[in-house]
Amino acid sequence: MSSAALARPVRFSSLGPYMVAGIVVLFLGAFLLVPVLKVIQVAFQESSSGSFTLVNFQDFFNSALFRQSFFNSVYVSGMSVVFASAFALPLAYFTTRFNFSGSVIIQTLAFVPLIMPPFIGAVAMQLLFGTNGSVNLLLRDWFGINIPFMEGLNGVIFVQSIHYFPFILINLSASLQNIDRSMEEAGQMLGSSGFRLFRRIVFPLAMPGYIAGASLVFVKVFDDLGTPLLLNVNTMLAPQAYLRISSIGISDPMGYVISCILIVFSVFAMWVAFLGMRGKDYSTTQKGGGGLSKRDLRSHEAILCYVVIFSILGIVLAPHLGLLLLSFGSVWSFSVLPDGFTTAHYGTAFTSAWTFIKNTLIYAGLAGVIDIVLGTAIAYVVMRTNVIGRKWLDYMAVSALAVPGVVLGIGYLRVFYGVEMPITGQPMATWWGIIVIALAVRRLPYALRSCTAALQQVSPSLEEASENLGASKFRTVRRIVIPLMASGLVAGFVTSFSTAAVELSATIMLVSTENDAPLAYGLYLFMQSAAGRGPGAALGVMAVIIVGLATYLSHRMVDRARKQRSSMEQAAGDAA
Amino acid sequence: MTITTNSSNNRRAEADTMTTMQTAPVQIDIENLSLSFGKTEVLKGVNLAIRPGEFFAFLGPSGSGKSTLLRAIAGFGPDPKGQIKLDGQDIVGSVPWQRNVGMVFQSYALWPHMTVAKNVAFGLEERKVPSSEIGPKVRAALELVGMADYAERFPSQLSGGQQQRVALARTIVVEPRVLLLDEPLSNLDANLRVQMRQDLLKLQRRLGITTIFVTHDQEEANTICDRIAVMADGVVQQIGRPDEVYDNPANSFVAKFLGTANILEGEVVMSEDGRCFDCGAGIRIPVGADEATGKARLVVRPESIEFGNDGAKDTLSGLVASAEFLGGMVRYAIDVNGQELLVDERHTRGKKRMEKGESVVLQLDPAQAVLIRD
Repeated sequence: MSSAALARPVRFSSLGPYMVAGIVVLFLGAFLLVPVLKVIQVAFQESSSGSFTLVNFQDFFNSALFRQSFFNSVYVSGMSVVFASAFALPLAYFTTRFNFSGSVIIQTLAFVPLIMPPFIGAVAMQLLFGTNGSVNLLLRDWFGINIPFMEGLNGVIFVQSIHYFPFILINLSASLQNIDRSMEEAGQMLGSSGFRLFRRIVFPLAMPGYIAGASLVFVKVFDDLGTPLLLNVNTMLAPQAYLRISSIGISDPMGYVISCILIVFSVFAMWVAFLGMRGKDYSTTQKGGGGLSKRDLRSHEAILCYVVIFSILGIVLAPHLGLLLLSFGSVWSFSVLPDGFTTAHYGTAFTSAWTFIKNTLIYAGLAGVIDIVLGTAIAYVVMRTNVIGRKWLDYMAVSALAVPGVVLGIGYLRVFYGVEMPITGQPMATWWGIIVIALAVRRLPYALRSCTAALQQVSPSLEEASENLGASKFRTVRRIVIPLMASGLVAGFVTSFSTAAVELSATIMLVSTENDAPLAYGLYLFMQSAAGRGPGAALGVMAVIIVGLATYLSHRMVDRARKQRSSMEQAAGDAA
Repeated sequence: MTITTNSSNNRRAEADTMTTMQTAPVQIDIENLSLSFGKTEVLKGVNLAIRPGEFFAFLGPSGSGKSTLLRAIAGFGPDPKGQIKLDGQDIVGSVPWQRNVGMVFQSYALWPHMTVAKNVAFGLEERKVPSSEIGPKVRAALELVGMADYAERFPSQLSGGQQQRVALARTIVVEPRVLLLDEPLSNLDANLRVQMRQDLLKLQRRLGITTIFVTHDQEEANTICDRIAVMADGVVQQIGRPDEVYDNPANSFVAKFLGTANILEGEVVMSEDGRCFDCGAGIRIPVGADEATGKARLVVRPESIEFGNDGAKDTLSGLVASAEFLGGMVRYAIDVNGQELLVDERHTRGKKRMEKGESVVLQLDPAQAVLIRD
């Protein structure tokens, strides 16, 4: 179906769409634009007089600590991209070149970052790869050496790159799969082969996907707060911003300066990704042409491939494995494996962390609902009405992607600290609802994507048929559009819910009392103490299971809806 | 291809270096070639001899194996059984990048991340041609296809026809031993297709390179190729000059695939006037005295049947069943005692169309009919 047909303007003059658009704009204005602009404004303000100044930035760069933090953040992000590429490239190469069953394992890996935020596994990684962790104990016994995997910045790079490499893998694989076989054959026909062909033809064609993935990894690592905090690496930008605000207070300008730098890098990374993609839609697959030719592996090659894949898999799944061991281990210190095993941590986790779990279900659930309501409204206004400037609704919602969680948290603290809640008189910034709103704003781009996709599947002619039979616009949306979008909406809700459930960087700024804290914050607290690690790990395992199940279910649901639709289209095609 | 008229003498001289291939044209012999995708047999014992410098076509419907055969010559796809010989040397089993067989892909397969010049230079670079020679050779090849002014463009900035020319230049610049064209005209619009096929023919004649052209369009094959191989079900049905194949189809598939044909089912019988073909509907057509009796089919082209007068000898009478106006002619379906015959009549301005149900007399020259047994 052509997009022109979908964008068919709807002839109705009521103010309804404008009201819907207005409410969305008000919400996003209050909870996204204003806080972010406030953060930027404060960074350029002299704290006493309020006049414009660059002195805060000067102070920032005059401080050795901040210069070091800045350098460390750039270094860690860059190195994470390098290592993530080193993991992703061979895997992408194998899956696109060869017929072998390992491809399924590799594709499953793509969901790793979705089901567990990196900070959860960080502590487990210490126990496995730290100076006195399992791997180094073994290395010391066998070879008398010690590799500083987790030493300082190395630890952050290690944890982040094994966590985020699937972003490169997914994007690169998608690009590779879109290359038409004849592109490669033309090269062979002209005398090129093997790695040379890959370097000159195949990889350049897949470059846009690689750049998109790499810039995503860069910005994710650059913005991440939880992992460096848990690994006790404070000389990076996001932890510095958090520490300044939480120890000195919301009037300290350094937190805002850092926020500005975080935003600049986010926007820059998105711009690079955009430049990489622009005018380079190399997806060249022809009708019936098929992707790159795959060949069967010879047996010694298959062995080599499996060795590489299982090595990478072993490293990538180490945090999960470590977390599992930690959650069942009685005491684990200076030993390769825990001294004994117990299920007590799960009991402790349930009793002492029930509040966290309950809060998380409420917060993430509410955020998910807000997201699909907003997402549906935005998608409908953008695609099915002729509201002037409707595209900007979309841009506004998606721009949340470029706002790091720390920045949003700081912005909320600054803007809503002075706003009193109606009945309690409590500052709005400390109200639990603000956490829900922060989560909703942060996850809105993902939910919006699901809603837009769902609405795209509903042909305008279905709506017109309903109106033709006498249903009003409102009743048509309720009785035809929403039911048809249902599976997409559920998928959007689940994506929103499951990623909000484990988000830390914005919530950590906004949690005012432990009673209001969600699971991610609870995990963070547990992991701080040696005694809390067991229960913390148990909580982490539960979180991973919940999120993993939710992700799986939403994929199933979307798949089923797609199959239904394609069989319907098939029938329509046959009828035609 | 036309050389742009405003080109300097210098550029023209360079183009001249491309006008013939350095080496003599190659003979292609395909012997007992079979190929399967899994359990599906796509080629079943193909035998072909293509002469040096010939412009040869593989003509057939989709699924006939013609593209698979072409790709096998280029070295793509699974290795076939049998032999593909270039000047007597078997190339089956050798890798595509060592065959020096040039192919122009149906999709053109220009690399979108390289300019036109870079695309064309690629094969020369892979052959380690000194960089000082690459520039002139690229220019010459682009001159030859009339694309010299577009060297710095990217493929996405070119029209389909221009992309096609660049794809050709990219292939011929390396002076391949044979040139393979996989449905090269299928992505062009109708007018451009007619122009391009003439350009292709001129280029092929100029380079003298043995060329194989794959198409499902009989008009394309008929107009430019020296000889054609009609393919169906992975088997070569017939080889020959287009007009020979048209006039003497070897079987009913070839008869139907090339143009329109009346194919009458019947048998050869002895009669008092000698041997004749009898299809039951009172239609009896004399055949050669050496034809064996028994079941057979008779192929008659619609243009070989004429409307005659009542008094003439050896006529058939029938009723007009339907008529289709085709522009230059009108195609009538005539019912002769239950056997439908298609008959073409040349149309001229103001000529009256016969009506349905009108009774007519047909005259069929036995020399125009071909007896087949399949």
